[in-house]
Amino acid sequence: MATGHLHAPRHPAPERLWHAGVAAAGLVWVLAYRQLAALSEAAVAALPVERHSHLGEALAFFLYDVPKVMMLLLLVVFAMGVLRSFFSAERTRALLSGRAEGAGNVLAAGLGIVTPFCSCSAVPIFIGFVSAGVPLGVTFSFLIAAPMVNEVALVMLFGLVGWQVAAVYLGFGLVLAVVAGFVIGKLHLEHWLQDWVRDIQAGGAELDEERRTLPARYREGLRSVREIFGRVWIWILAGIALGAAIHGYVPEDLMVRIMGAGTWWSVPAAVLMGIPMYTNAAGVIPVVEALLGKGAALGTVLAFMMSVIALSLPEMIILRQVLTLRLIAVFIGVVGSGILAVGYLFNLLF
Amino acid sequence: MKSVKVFGPGCRRCDSAVKMVRDTATALGIDVDVVKVVDPKSIAQAGVMATPGIAVDGKLVHSGGLPDPEKLQSWLRG
Repeated sequence: MATGHLHAPRHPAPERLWHAGVAAAGLVWVLAYRQLAALSEAAVAALPVERHSHLGEALAFFLYDVPKVMMLLLLVVFAMGVLRSFFSAERTRALLSGRAEGAGNVLAAGLGIVTPFCSCSAVPIFIGFVSAGVPLGVTFSFLIAAPMVNEVALVMLFGLVGWQVAAVYLGFGLVLAVVAGFVIGKLHLEHWLQDWVRDIQAGGAELDEERRTLPARYREGLRSVREIFGRVWIWILAGIALGAAIHGYVPEDLMVRIMGAGTWWSVPAAVLMGIPMYTNAAGVIPVVEALLGKGAALGTVLAFMMSVIALSLPEMIILRQVLTLRLIAVFIGVVGSGILAVGYLFNLLF
Repeated sequence: MKSVKVFGPGCRRCDSAVKMVRDTATALGIDVDVVKVVDPKSIAQAGVMATPGIAVDGKLVHSGGLPDPEKLQSWLRG
């Protein structure tokens, strides 16, 4: 994030105080996190519900998973906020412009994780990149990775499903963004952009990058905690509640039949179902976890999740402003095939 | 009269930014004319890549996220 030249706040807290505060908060976090299981068990025990009943299991799941995911998010969102303060869209563009395809796609996908991004910035970023000489395919690698591989998705997978699946999602999300962007670049579809986008000379705004102190970056971290929590807490609650309902009420063999590894059509069906759905990682992952628990195959579920996040209809409508329908179709085709491949590969491997 | 432009396609944060500019100006007793720019072409031409972006009297001072309140005050005063 770049901002104009300005004065520091009038009474900044001394730097040492900030470091001490962050360290103390970290310590409190660790202590609280280690007590979480015991605390949630105690909370369930205090309720007038039989622990091993249906409702008791659901409550235990809810009272443990919600605080756990919230705490993990708190930590990671803060850390990512601090890290992101070192990056900006302008800086990423400068790093990517004129970059050759291949290495450029890899760099773009990686930068997609750390560059501050929200879906309402997708169009301005797209135009800003393309007009500054970032190759189209490299721009797509960035735009695929940025929403799909994000810290909220990774934390929720880590917290609810396990680190292996989170690592796999991170790895394959990046590979998908790199490969899909590379393929789109090789197709040379620049003439399928909307006319005005090709002709535009985006202003190269010169925002003075101010030198920021570490406390300023901590504040940046706190700000992203406030902002991301304000946005996703309701999705987390809704997602985990829906997940708990699936835990309790969806019959096991139904999911094995519909989403098991033995059903060849389940992966394409999952991708198609995911396109019109629009939620974010926070809402979809608790459902993913519950589906896995009911015998759905990992590849099928990953395909569903990637499709929901990376191929959403509202995002297509936003991108329609800069891309022709033909180019959007190619985008959906390439990314969709990539997701299919990931899905089948996983069902084969695991 | 200061002319302030807020660039953004109309997401919630862009609306908050507009409100923030208006409220800050009122609090400071500064006369401002706030215009919301939602057209993607104009946003791109202004050089904004992360929304909301803010320009004061034709100079882009901020892009990406809500501005720091103290900084906003100094842009409006400056």
